[in-house]
Formats: sequence, structure tokens, C-alpha cells
Amino acid sequence: MTRRSISAPRTAVTPWLHRFAVLTALSTLALIIIGGMVTSHEAGMAVPDWPNTYGYNMFFFPISGWVGGILYEHSHRLMATGVGLITTVLALWLWVRETSGRERLLGIGAIFFVFSLMGARVLPVYVTLACAAPVAIVFAFYKMSRQHGSLRWWGIIAFAAVILQGVLGGLRVVWLKDEIGIFHATLAQLFFSLTCVIALLTSRWWQTRAQLFDLQDARMPRWLLPATTLLLLAQLVLGATMRHQHAGLAIPDFPLAYGKIWPAMDSSSVMQYNQHRVETTALNPITGLQVGLQMAHRITALLICITITFCAWSARRLLGPRHPLTWLTLGWLGLILIQALLGAATIWSNKAADIATTHVLIGALALALGVIASMISLRGLVLSRQVHLNLKEAPAPLAFPTQPSSVTR
Amino acid sequence: MVRSSDFFEEFDMRNVCSLIALAGLASLQAAYSGDISGTVILKGTPPAEQENTQIKADATCGKLHTEPVKTRFYVVGDNKGLGDVFITLKGISGKSTGASAAPAVLDQKGCQYEPYIFAVQTNQKIVAKNSDPVMHNVHPTPSAVAAGNKEDNKAQFAGGPDITFTFPAPEVFLRFSCNVHPWMFSYACIVDHPYFAVTDKNGKYTIKNVPDGKYTMEVYHRKAAPITAPMTGEVTVSGGSVTKDFTLEAPAK
Repeated sequence: MTRRSISAPRTAVTPWLHRFAVLTALSTLALIIIGGMVTSHEAGMAVPDWPNTYGYNMFFFPISGWVGGILYEHSHRLMATGVGLITTVLALWLWVRETSGRERLLGIGAIFFVFSLMGARVLPVYVTLACAAPVAIVFAFYKMSRQHGSLRWWGIIAFAAVILQGVLGGLRVVWLKDEIGIFHATLAQLFFSLTCVIALLTSRWWQTRAQLFDLQDARMPRWLLPATTLLLLAQLVLGATMRHQHAGLAIPDFPLAYGKIWPAMDSSSVMQYNQHRVETTALNPITGLQVGLQMAHRITALLICITITFCAWSARRLLGPRHPLTWLTLGWLGLILIQALLGAATIWSNKAADIATTHVLIGALALALGVIASMISLRGLVLSRQVHLNLKEAPAPLAFPTQPSSVTR
Repeated sequence: MVRSSDFFEEFDMRNVCSLIALAGLASLQAAYSGDISGTVILKGTPPAEQENTQIKADATCGKLHTEPVKTRFYVVGDNKGLGDVFITLKGISGKSTGASAAPAVLDQKGCQYEPYIFAVQTNQKIVAKNSDPVMHNVHPTPSAVAAGNKEDNKAQFAGGPDITFTFPAPEVFLRFSCNVHPWMFSYACIVDHPYFAVTDKNGKYTIKNVPDGKYTMEVYHRKAAPITAPMTGEVTVSGGSVTKDFTLEAPAK
């Protein structure tokens, strides 16, 4: 492997911005934990109204009412509000640091305007915001492609995503739509990865590391890590779909399935599964589709274990022990092995809430790690090495070297 | 001249004639209808009920019970009579008198829904009460949504006002649950006619005033005769009471 150096203009490192980005990521992780507890305790509908809580403004709901499932759902909403606020501050910070003059004022005004709309407490406004959020995200990605190295559009994406996520959570309750819960869960994982990306991009390591580890000579395919991450995302979507069936464990044993390698999924067998199950909470009946979903989840888990093992082995062999991708993929492998064990434990414990929630948490961490590793492997194609955080004008697009560079600092 | 005595005599005569006519009609109806009664027996050994440890662990609900609370899938009484079995006549529709029927009461007591299985007619009111010292939410989740039964979710504070639900479409085992206390669930069977019953704790039932005729009866139990595989039986009503017993089997291990 050939190490290369590329000269980079010295940019001001802003440790507080990075720390705030890390705080945003950690807050999001805590929110995912609480959200996981909501679903694990089947408490998603414990508060029938939104944005109020049992008729109270949610910030004034008496603590005496934080009972049973309300404790999880209400805590989740309060924490979500906090994450929304932190994300808004992050977006503002990123915008202000990269802009000036009229552009700065326009951005600040737009963010504040949208933020204030969240206080409107009118359903059509929320629905409009939810519809506008994906448009804003697409627009931000477009602007990012035109302004290499700009971080403020990441902030806009995060801001739009957190608005969308909050509204989805509320609509799931007031519209009584279980399906929205699946999108809400998936977007939560993606949002966490997004906050980790922003934390990475604002890190001193990313901005000022002189020696770059390029994969071009290492013959490690650039697509390997992103493809594995996408497989992981598909697994998370499967998991979210399973959890939001509200049918408990579709298959109660592991590694076998109803005592077989492949379970019977005909209607007569499924009827017997339901007849024999003695549920202690309000669960929907098991269906053949749910049995199929769990089998797909198990098979995909096996595929992921194999793929990530290959990623770790390839990185170690081709990049050497000190390459960041080597230790990242090794950590990734460790996480996935823990995740597999947690998946089995979820079944063995009859879906104990704490184990199932930890399974969700590790899934989120694994996805984020995959995204970070993919970013590092693709950084030469996607991101500039120069992060202009103090510029008063938009940075000029940078041309990436197509031949190995021997420029030194 | 009409004397007052003549008037009262005529009035009394009219009343008597009306009464005789009504009695005659009632007799005719009785002659052309009957009751179907019987017992549902459970054959075999059902799976053991599980203890609800969540209710015990709850700070408020745990105090409302001195004995362990168990699941209640198989209510087996005297002589293996099976309770909570829903029985109805098949093939009758559009005969609902639910709109004028007395409301059915679904109470939340001891952090449990009572009754566990009940039956009402379409458009008959189901009045949910909260007799507990803690808030609940009442969350019916029908499956016959396309036919008009709507999902709903209402908060109900301790001692709060009653909440009324009605469902316009027939449905078997429409679930009511509480998401504050996820172990709380109850099932309503919605029927489009008045000829149905739910067995008592000893498996006994009576369906009253069934018009004469030959019927197919459907028997549902949450586990022993689920929605996808109810038990059926033929019965003929002919101007009097008729007995029809059923035997359900516990699922084979």
C-alpha cells in the first residue's frame, strides 16, 4: 500500500462545533434507546393525542401521570423535542459559519421560520412540513454536489430529517397507522448515521490529517463497504417491519424454527402456532408472512456476518493493521457478532424489552459504523479534504487528483 | 245522550280487545320461535395459563391484586364446561336491533378488562368505564375496517367519563386493549342479528327467541376454535326450546 499526502490549506479547526455534533449524535442514540423501549413495551399508542399529552401541553404533563406505557412514550416525545432543538442549533451553527451577508440571513430566517411552524400545533401544517422535508433534503444534496466541502447543507439535511421524523412519530399516533411506525423506525437509524457523519466531518482527524489512506493501490473495491452497509440497512428495515407487526415473536425458538430448519408456513400450521401461544400482552395473531419475515431476518443476519467478516479480512490483508478501515471493520465485525447474539437472546428471552431494545441500539451503531467506513473509503470521490468553516464566501469546487499525488506538506 | 258509564265501558272493552290481540300475537310468536341452549365442553388438557408478572410489577396495578393474576384463555368450570365461547347463528344478516338495545358495559377494573369476551349487535353501544384509580387508554383495533369498523384510541382518566363505541359491521374477536398497561385486552364479537350468546364460566349458553327454522350454528373460542376454524353444528327450532351441545378440543401438544 502506498501512503500519499496531499497538501491542504490550513483551516481553522472548530472543536466546539465538533463537540456539539458529537452531542447531537449521542442525544440521538439516547432517543433511539427510548424509542426502542416504546416499541418493546408496546407503548406506542399509550398517549392517544399529539402534540398534547392527555390534553396537557406535553411540557406540563404532571409527573403523576407518567405511568405504565405513558412513561416510555412521553419520555420519548420530550427527548425528541430536545434532539430537534439540538439539531436546529447545529444546522444554524453550520450555516452561520459558512455564509455571510444576505445568504446567512436568508438561511437563518428560513430555519427559524420552519422551527416556529412546529409550534403551530395544527395538523395540516405538520403534514405540509413532512411533505416539504424530503424536497429540502434532495435540494440540499444537490447543493452539496455543487459546493464541495460545504458542511452547511449537511446541517440542512439533518434539520429537515429531524422535522420529518418528529412529524412521522406524531402522525403515527393521530392517524392510527402502524405502517408509519416502520418508516419512523428506519428514519431514526438513518438520522443517527447522519449525525455521526456530521461529527466525522467536523472532526480534527478528518480535516487536518495530512496522510490520507487511499484505496486505489490496495485493490480493495470501493463498493464493498457501501454495499455491505446497504445490506445492513435492508436488515434494519426488516427488523423494523417485524417489530411493528405487534405480533410478538413469530418464531419462538432459535436456531431452529418451530423445531425445524425451515418452519411450516401454511395456514393450518400458522393456526396451530396461534393456538399454542399463551400471550400475556395484547398481540396480533401470528401470520405466515411474519414467519417468513423472521426467517428472512435470520438469513440476512447470516449474510451480513459473512460479508462483514470478509470486509475485515480484506482490510487487514490489503491495507495493513494500522489503516483506519482495518480497525473500523474489525470493530464492525465485533458489533455484528454481538448483534447476532442479541438476536438469539431476544428469542430465548421471549422478546424481553431490554434485550430487544439493546438489539435495536447495536443495529443503529452497526449502521452508523458502516456509513462512516463507507465515507472514509469513498471520501476521495465525494468529499473535499478541505473543510472551509470560516470562509465568508462559498468554497470553489475542488478537482480531485486522478493520478497518485506526491505533493507533501 | 252518551253517559259516562257507557264511555268507560267502551274504553274498557277496547283495552281488553287490545290485550287479547297482543296476547294472541305473543302466543303465535312463541309458537313459531324457541330458545337454543346447551353446554360447550372442553375435551383434553389445555395449555397452562401463564402468570401475568407485569401487573404485579406495576406500582399502581400491583396493589389492586392480592392473588397472582393469570391469563384466562381457558375458563373451564364444572364438568369441563368451557366459558368465553362465542356462539352465533350463521347466515343471518340485517336483523340487528343494536341501535335500540341496552348498551354493553366494558369495565376496566383491577387493571383488567371485564368481561374478557363479550358480544353485541352492530351499532349497539359499548360503554367503556374506568373503575380503576389509574388512567387507561381504550384502543379498539378492528379488522373489518373496510366494512366500516374504525380503529380508535381514547384516553380515560381514573374515574373519568364513560367512552362510547359502536361498530356497524359484524366481526368476531374485535380486540380492545390498553397501551398504558399492555397486558389488558378484551374481545368483542359484533353480530348483525340478536341470536348469539357467550357461554358462562360453566360453559352454558342460551339464545332466546330464535324463529323457527333450520340453522347452522358457529362456535368460536380464541384458542380452541379460532376465527379461521370455528366449529359448526346444525340445529332446528320448531316452536319450542332445543338443546345443542358442543365439544371443543384443546390443541394437541
